[in-house]
Amino acid sequence: MVTAMEARTQTTTHATMLGSARSGAIAPAVSDAPAPPLKAESRNLSFHYGKFQALKSISMPVHEYQVTALIGPSGCGKSTFLRCFNRMHDLYPNTRYDGEIVLQPDNTNLLADDVDPIEVRMRVSMVFQKPNPFPKSIYENVAYGLRVRGISNRNMLDEKVEQSLRGAALWDEVKHRLNEVGSNLSGGQQQRLCIARALATDPEIMLFDEPTSALDPIATASIEELISELKKKVTILIVTHNMQQAARVSDYTAYMYLGEVVEFDKTDTIFFKPRRKETEDYITGRFG
Amino acid sequence: MSDHTSKQFDAEMETIRSGVLSMGGLVERQVRRAIEALGEDEDSRLIDAVGADELEINQMQMLIDQQCTQVIARRQPTAVDLRLIMMVTKIVNDLERIGDEAKKIAYKSAAVRGNDRLTRIRYHDVVRMAGGTQKMLRESLDAFARLDVNAAARVVEEDDDIDVAFNAVMRQLISFMMEDPRTIGAALEVVFIAKSIERIGDHSKNISESVVQVVKGKDVRHASADQIRAEVAGE
Repeated sequence: MVTAMEARTQTTTHATMLGSARSGAIAPAVSDAPAPPLKAESRNLSFHYGKFQALKSISMPVHEYQVTALIGPSGCGKSTFLRCFNRMHDLYPNTRYDGEIVLQPDNTNLLADDVDPIEVRMRVSMVFQKPNPFPKSIYENVAYGLRVRGISNRNMLDEKVEQSLRGAALWDEVKHRLNEVGSNLSGGQQQRLCIARALATDPEIMLFDEPTSALDPIATASIEELISELKKKVTILIVTHNMQQAARVSDYTAYMYLGEVVEFDKTDTIFFKPRRKETEDYITGRFG
Repeated sequence: MSDHTSKQFDAEMETIRSGVLSMGGLVERQVRRAIEALGEDEDSRLIDAVGADELEINQMQMLIDQQCTQVIARRQPTAVDLRLIMMVTKIVNDLERIGDEAKKIAYKSAAVRGNDRLTRIRYHDVVRMAGGTQKMLRESLDAFARLDVNAAARVVEEDDDIDVAFNAVMRQLISFMMEDPRTIGAALEVVFIAKSIERIGDHSKNISESVVQVVKGKDVRHASADQIRAEVAGE
């Protein structure tokens, strides 16, 4: 029950709010609360595939425990940018990074030559467009990263596998058949298995490269729901072609075009009143 | 504004936009007839015409709202498209209310006929005030048609003049009523008419504020005319 005292306090708060509205300031379209702390930041990041420059000096923050969406037309560099965050390009010849991606809190430049890409991928994990479980059991799919890390204690593995599958909202569906091959699961379940696999190493950042483009709308909704859950403990970067998906799941959005970040802002701003005309044209479907 | 990749989307938005403008045209005609009815002494055909317009305006309001709902459901509009759709649903609401006020004016005009003591104020001050609100209505529709925020800001400023004129009419009516209590009945009818005219100005101001919201993405509903002017002048 609300006491008279509390009721009065509430009234006061309400009146204060009204008061500030009455003072006549034009209400901002989006809340102007301070931005959450930085988890990572790209600084003048350029990237070359051979002679082709795919990214042109990108500087962009990634806020902690937030979902940042990268949108833009095909070939704009959004997947290339995403893949820089876990050194995925190292696997291919004739590629070159310039600039930095600095990970907090330790201020490590992920792209530095003396930083081990395997270590980077433990901290920054990735989920791909098509579900790609290893040709192994459900259990071993999730345990793989831990075994690479040298963990072989069965109890510890059991505990971590269950925790990761629960984190990926898959545990209840697979707990009785952990030894079946992962590829027997449905598309949406396979994708959640890949998320569980990515979660097992306790990453600080998770990268999603169009994680739902191969899934039906129901499976898509469950992955989106999962992303909102995951962001409580991990920072997320997601590339998506589906603009409504970016609008639904992200807190920040970057619009990219021809290897540059044209506009980066809160998702609410980007989808209601972007600053740049190029952004407005793209998200309203006036592009090209 | 450049075209959408989807021509069908463009066509749907254009249908909505031109629907608002033709509804605005109807409302303007209805207001004009209502004010004329105020000046005429015998003719009841004008009053009937105002009633007929009203039906059509109500239909258009429902039609345009339905079209907006469909665009939201089918296209998930964003940014300027979203702002336009949201504001159109408000603008048609304001237009429909203006229609209601026009109807009230037309019906009340019958009640004040033939009262000589009020003739002067009826012909001059109230009709002049009505001219001011008709101008506001026309300018707010022009501002919408061209998405012209400067024109919209001017309409907001004009509303202050209407309020001043309304207060002047009130003072005059009060003097009439004090001098001769037999005029109270008719004077009250004139009060209602003047109030309706003043409300038309308010709704026109709302329409202009909606135009600012479409273009600038800023909600200026409770801002002062000066603040709106500054907002419009800014980038």
